[in-house]
Amino acid sequence: MKGLLHNRSTLPGALLTVVFAGAALISLFWVPYDTTVLNIADRMKLPSLAHPFGTDQFGRDILSMLMVGARTSIAVALVAVGIGMLAGVPLGLAAAARKGSLPDEIIMRTNDLVFAFPSLLIAVMITAVFGASALNAIIAIGIFNIPVFARLTRGAALTLWSREYVMAARVAGKGAARISLEHILPNVTNLLIVQGTIQFSLGILAEAGLSYVGLGAQPPTASWGRMLADSQTMISLAPHLAIFPGMAILLTVLGLNLLGDGLRDLLDPKLRRART
Amino acid sequence: MLQYFLKRLVSLCLSLVAASVLIFLTLEVVPGDPAAYMLGINAQEDTLNALREQLGLNGTILERYLSWAGGLLVGDFGTSYTYRTPVAELIGERLWVSLPLALYALILSTLIAFPAGIWAASKRGTLADSGVMGVTQLGVAIPNFWFAMLMVLVFAINLRWFSAGGFPGWEDGFLPGMKALTLPAIALALPQASILTRVMRSSLLDTLGEDYIRSARAKGLTKGQAMWRHALRNALIPVLTIMGLQFSFLLAGAIIIENVFYLPGLGRLVFQAISARDLIVVESVVMLLVFAVILVNFTVDLAYAWVDPRLRRRR
Repeated sequence: MKGLLHNRSTLPGALLTVVFAGAALISLFWVPYDTTVLNIADRMKLPSLAHPFGTDQFGRDILSMLMVGARTSIAVALVAVGIGMLAGVPLGLAAAARKGSLPDEIIMRTNDLVFAFPSLLIAVMITAVFGASALNAIIAIGIFNIPVFARLTRGAALTLWSREYVMAARVAGKGAARISLEHILPNVTNLLIVQGTIQFSLGILAEAGLSYVGLGAQPPTASWGRMLADSQTMISLAPHLAIFPGMAILLTVLGLNLLGDGLRDLLDPKLRRART
Repeated sequence: MLQYFLKRLVSLCLSLVAASVLIFLTLEVVPGDPAAYMLGINAQEDTLNALREQLGLNGTILERYLSWAGGLLVGDFGTSYTYRTPVAELIGERLWVSLPLALYALILSTLIAFPAGIWAASKRGTLADSGVMGVTQLGVAIPNFWFAMLMVLVFAINLRWFSAGGFPGWEDGFLPGMKALTLPAIALALPQASILTRVMRSSLLDTLGEDYIRSARAKGLTKGQAMWRHALRNALIPVLTIMGLQFSFLLAGAIIIENVFYLPGLGRLVFQAISARDLIVVESVVMLLVFAVILVNFTVDLAYAWVDPRLRRRR
C-alpha cells in the first residue's frame, strides 16, 4: 500500500479510475437529470451551475449522459477483459504444460491467426453479421483479448515450468493440471492483473470507436462514442458537445494506463525495463 | 536463409487459407438465407432466386467456398449487389485513398517518433525525457477520431487551412490530394507515433547498456558517436517490427478515421456495404486487409531474419 502511494503514476491513475468507476456506479442509483427525457427548450446550453457540462442538442444534461456512458464503457470493456482471461489463461496454461505438443501448436497457431486480424475488423465483421449492439461489441473486443492473455500466460508459465518447486511437485506425483492450477497460476496472477488493466483501457477505446461508427451500444443506451458521433455535425456551433465526452474517454484511458504502469512497477520490478 | 524463407512461406499460405475459411464461415452463419438477409423481408421469390444464383448459393458449402477462394486467387472478388460493379474494381478505386493515407501516416509517425525517441533516450531521467514520455502517455490515451474532430474544429472550421472532409481525387494533382489527407494522416499517426517513440526510447536504452557500447566508449568515442554509430542500428530491429505491425493497424484504423473525414476509402466502403447488407463487399475487403496484414508480417519476419541471423536458426 505504501508503495502504491509513493509511485508517481499509480496514485493519479488510481484516482482517475476511481472517479470514473464511481460515476458509473452512482449512475446506477442517481443521475442529476433523466437522460431519456428530451428538453428542447434547454438545448445546447453552455456549462452553467444547473448543468456543469452544458446540455446537448436535445437538451439532455451532458454530465448525466457521461455518467450513464461510463457505465456502458466500463461494462463493455470489463466483460471483454473477462472473456479474454477466462478463455485465454486456461489455453495458455494448457499450451505451456504440453510445450511443443500438437495442442500447443494448434493453440499458438490459432492465436497467431487471430492476431493477424486487426481487432477493429473482427468487430466490424461480427457486427455486420449479427447486427450492431453492445453485446456484439463485447464479443468482438473479447475475442481479440483471448490471444493476448493466452500468449502472456504461456510465456510466463513456460519459465515457471523449469523452476525447482515445479519439479518437486512433479516428483511428488502431481499432474499437469494440478501443477498449473496450484503452482503456475498464482505466480502469473500479477502479470495478468497488469495486462488486464491495459486491455481494459484498450477495450474502452475500442468501445468508443465502435459506438462512434454506430456499431456499439444502440440508442437509447448512452455511450461516449455515440455522444461524439452525435456532436460531430454541431461541433462548430457547440464545441462543448464534443469536448466533454472526448475528455472522459481520454482521462479514463489515461488513468487506467497510469494505473497499469504503476502496478507493473510495483508487482514485478523485473518488467520495469522490459516493457515500453 | 532459403530454408527459413520456405518455412515462412508455407506458414504464410496456411494462414491465408485459415483466414479465408474463417471469414467465409463467419458470413455463412448469417441467420437464415444470405440472399434473404441482403434483400430484406419484402423481397420477391424470383428476386431471391436470381440473387441466390448470382451469389452461387445453390451449391454445397464446400463448392461455394472453393468458388469464392478460387475467385480470390485470380482477382475475381465477385460482383457487388448494391453497386452492380465487380468488387475488385470498387476496391481498386478505394485503395487509392486508403493506401496513400496509411503510408502518409506511417511516414509521419516515423518522422515524429525517431527524433523524439532518440532525444528522450539521450536525455534519460531529465525533464526532457519525462516531458516526451508524458506526451506519449496522452498520445496513447487519446481516441484518434476525437483528436480528428478537434483538428477539424481548429484547422478547418476556425483557421480554414484545410477542408473539413472529402477527397478531390488524384486527377486534380498530387498536392490537393495530399492536402486532403493531411489531417486524417496526423490523426491516424498520433497514437502510433506515441507507441513508436516509447519503443524507440526503450530499445535504444537497452542497447546503450550493452558491452560493445562500453567498449566503443573506452575506445574513445563520445557518447553521441557511440549512439549514432553503434547503438542506433541495433536498436532499430525491434522498432522495425513494431512499424511492420503498425502498418496493418493504420490500414484497419483508417476505417474509423475515413468516416470522420468522409474519405472515399476502404473504410467507408465497408460501412456503406454493412448498412446496405452487401456481404460480398464486406467479405472481400476484410479478406484483403487480413491478407495485407499477413503479408506485411511475413515481410517483417524476413527482414528481421536477414538483419539478425540468429533468428533463422532459433525458429
